[in-house]
Amino acid sequence: MLKILLLLKTVADSEASIRPTSDGKAVNLSDINFILNPYDEYAVEEALQIREKAGEAELVAVCYGDDTATKTLRTALALGVDRGVHIKGQPTFDPLATAKTLAAAVKDMPFDLILCGKQAIDDDSAAVGVMVAELLDIPSVSVVVDLDIADGKVKATREIEGGHEIVETALPCLVTAQKGLNEPRYPSLKGIMAAKKKPIEELEAAAIESRIETISIGLPPARPAGRIVGEGVEAVPELVRLLKQEAKVL
Amino acid sequence: MSNIIAFCELKQGKPRSVAKEVLSASYQVAQGLGAKVIGVLVGPLADGAADELTSFGADRLVHIGHSSLEAYSTEGYAQAVAEVANSESPAAVLFPASAMGKDLSARVAAKVGRPLLTDCTELKVEDGRLKIGRPIYAGKVFMKSAIASDWAVISLRPKIFQPQTVDGASATLETREVTLDESKIRAKVVEVKQESGATVDLTEADFIVSGGRGMKDPNNFVIIEELAKSIGATVGASRAVVDAGWRPHSDQVGQTGKTVSPTLYVAVGISGAVQHLAGMSSSKIIVAINKDPEAPIFKVATYGVVGDALKVAPALTEAINKAKSE
Repeated sequence: MLKILLLLKTVADSEASIRPTSDGKAVNLSDINFILNPYDEYAVEEALQIREKAGEAELVAVCYGDDTATKTLRTALALGVDRGVHIKGQPTFDPLATAKTLAAAVKDMPFDLILCGKQAIDDDSAAVGVMVAELLDIPSVSVVVDLDIADGKVKATREIEGGHEIVETALPCLVTAQKGLNEPRYPSLKGIMAAKKKPIEELEAAAIESRIETISIGLPPARPAGRIVGEGVEAVPELVRLLKQEAKVL
Repeated sequence: MSNIIAFCELKQGKPRSVAKEVLSASYQVAQGLGAKVIGVLVGPLADGAADELTSFGADRLVHIGHSSLEAYSTEGYAQAVAEVANSESPAAVLFPASAMGKDLSARVAAKVGRPLLTDCTELKVEDGRLKIGRPIYAGKVFMKSAIASDWAVISLRPKIFQPQTVDGASATLETREVTLDESKIRAKVVEVKQESGATVDLTEADFIVSGGRGMKDPNNFVIIEELAKSIGATVGASRAVVDAGWRPHSDQVGQTGKTVSPTLYVAVGISGAVQHLAGMSSSKIIVAINKDPEAPIFKVATYGVVGDALKVAPALTEAINKAKSE
């Protein structure tokens, strides 16, 4: 039976307004709605579809984080994942430290395939999945929009600038999911009820120190104030003039 | 003497534009640290194709053209770059934050056991120390960092660091043999599919025209395409229209799409949800066309036009085409 590990992260909602803390050293995450990282949703959906196609597979979701991880894991369990593993700790802005913690936690777990999102939408490193693969000494394919697994062979389509690459490899491997891989489902009421009875194992995170020192976290440089050129099609000649003469972009 | 290793990405044997950006950024850092730049080129290299890179301040260009590196493989390329990096006492290894660069830099960092900072938009040397700035939370906040390690792997956002030739610079080109563990090259690219007639990718485009819900119907995107054609722009889209299935996800600009920094970004019928603004507000000039004067897109727009996108955008296309023919 195929064993699939899912590496999931809890992140601030993409609609959330993010501000630095008053000391300018961290991000203020109070009063923020936390969600399952959107790219990880595609990973979970892909695992569910692989199981549906194969008839059977064991799906285990692994989440490294603080107490907010529990909600993320319950979401995955409600969608149909069999069990959860909560690696208790606080990920830093150092993706290699995060990858080492994850790799240490999963290295003794049986798996054929590891799936995760192509990036978490908080620190946006887009690196942890591939790093975990290197640390576990398995191949990886990142930013995947189409995945075909049959008889231990893997064919993945990854997105590149203006096109796609077709990558072939074999299990065990790690794949990072890009939007477009599939259409994630919503949990059913039955799934939500069942999730409450599914086990979540707790592990302490391996202590890996961050080697990325935060000097400051601030707001992005403010844009110079713009202006309303006018209303409707009458404003077009002035807009073209400004683009040519003032902005000099045409 | 330490070195800045600059990964010079090749496509079909020729340097991509990001190669020059990475070399120029590397040169700036090298000047600050008193280091030299070594450009690394991996894979097939067309005759004379490296010539266009010799004047960007690198001391040496090192080409690795092993027979097992003809097609891109994360593991094979990572072995090659890691071997060069480990033998050249680097102060930093720089990549472009391109599709290849993001994939490869993560493998390399894990292989050499050094910290990684991706998609950086600011590199400075202060008091002999490298300071790195990068947007996080899709640009909603900006993080400045230093490295608590002897060296680090860094990828640079395309279109941010300007390619600049250096007077009198003339890098030598050398070929380097590497020893690869071929049993560890397990995932290989077997085919590359370039979209036919595709314009420049959003992440590398100088001009972008994006459409949103204000276009009212997927068929109206022909208006966006025509406006894009008039200025040689790449077409983008808001999340709303991608989620509605009007446009492919590869067109999406924003937090769960692409982050772009063009010279000109034209937002047509896009209200400017926070997750969209996060992906495009580093554009140099922003034009917004929207019927709602209160739309958040006007807060970041250099020039705004309040009006019906379906009327204003075609008028703009016509005016630009007319101006071009004059």
